[in-house]
Amino acid sequence: MKPAKFNYLRPSSLEEAVHYLSEYGEDAKILSGGQSLIPLLNMRLSTPKYLIDIGRAEGLSYIQEEGESLVIGALTKHREIEKSELVKEKCPLLSEAIRWVGHEQIRNRGTVGGSIAHGDPSAELPCVLTALRGEVVIADVNGEEIVSPEDFFLTYMLTSLQPDQLVKEIRFPILKQTSGSAFVEVARRHGDFGLVEVAAVVDLSEDGSFSEVKLAIGGVNSVPTALGDVERLLVGKEPTEESYKDASVLTMEMIEPESDLHGTAEYRRELSGTMVIRALKQATIRAQGGRVM
Amino acid sequence: MDGVKINLKVNGQDISREVDSRLLLSDFIRESLYLTGTHIGCEHGVCGACTIHVNGDPVRSCLMLAVQADGCEVKTVESLIQENGKLNYLQQAFSDNHALQCGFCTPGFLMTVSGFLEENSKPSEDEIKKCISGNLCRCTGYSNIIKAVKQAAQTVSN
Repeated sequence: MKPAKFNYLRPSSLEEAVHYLSEYGEDAKILSGGQSLIPLLNMRLSTPKYLIDIGRAEGLSYIQEEGESLVIGALTKHREIEKSELVKEKCPLLSEAIRWVGHEQIRNRGTVGGSIAHGDPSAELPCVLTALRGEVVIADVNGEEIVSPEDFFLTYMLTSLQPDQLVKEIRFPILKQTSGSAFVEVARRHGDFGLVEVAAVVDLSEDGSFSEVKLAIGGVNSVPTALGDVERLLVGKEPTEESYKDASVLTMEMIEPESDLHGTAEYRRELSGTMVIRALKQATIRAQGGRVM
Repeated sequence: MDGVKINLKVNGQDISREVDSRLLLSDFIRESLYLTGTHIGCEHGVCGACTIHVNGDPVRSCLMLAVQADGCEVKTVESLIQENGKLNYLQQAFSDNHALQCGFCTPGFLMTVSGFLEENSKPSEDEIKKCISGNLCRCTGYSNIIKAVKQAAQTVSN
């Protein structure tokens, strides 16, 4: 199984890349790290006429702090995020989640922009981005626009990206020093696609109750899903076994998992309930530990 | 042929070739350079048999096009052998511990582990398991592979 024939283009800048896209968009595919696209090419599930390799485009690989966000260039590799002290300090949720992305060999090549643009509902980065209500910066020949994860992820492997657009940058909101976060996942083998994964961030009031909760689940719906109702249910409540249980029950009502060869819908639903409790507990313990009492 | 000129360094040697843009790096290594130590298993990034180093990092060569390696430094399993022709510490550890059965997956394991030990010379068993989780051994020789990695780590840290 080998890729079908294509015309290979290697732009050296973002401007050149979007220019190619405006010309060939319908017939073209963007290649960055290739860890999702090349398997598709190898199996000929994707047969673009033009392959636009942005791997050498300048100025698209960076991790920096800008205001309230950690801004990460599309070409930044997973491994760079994993090793970044800045990410560990400003967004420990992202540091924790990134270790679940594929295997090390994959993380050495795979890029943040690629993972987001691929839009796999069981991928870790889309789940984290959804939990944090981050932003996707999209570029085309006319300029840039900012899209919320909710508007960006449409369904399985389908995003709002138009044929002439590419993902330029991802913005992850910086977590408060007082907050606690956790990323939990169950996969058949570490590094495989997650069956269910949950990203949680909690903040506690002086009295110990939840003042803010951010929660998203991946692997169970056609897109990573923010659990807004569960978040609202928890705010103002004490972190007790009862509130964890309520959160778990509501989560199981909100999701619509499907069966596949890795697990039945019922299993995924049950697992989701358990994973939400696990993530919330871990995040809460970290929020408690992170506070000066 | 839609030829693209590429220049790269493979196992220390400068290579210049014209390749079809759709040629996978794994096929380039085996069929153009005749370095058949790199094995090809699944060709979609699951088995890890084709693991090589690109610019010092373990990667899957079946998930890279040869044109993407233009300007890169590539190391294959052939680079491990010592100059005097003897097995290096890692190969020796695999041999000593019978960490290979049919041997098909071995080059991938060696390249994954050699990259890993450079960064972490005192790994725990759990870290070793995580490290090799991206490589499949169909003979299920994992227990001995783990033993071999432990022995190699011992050698490195001494």
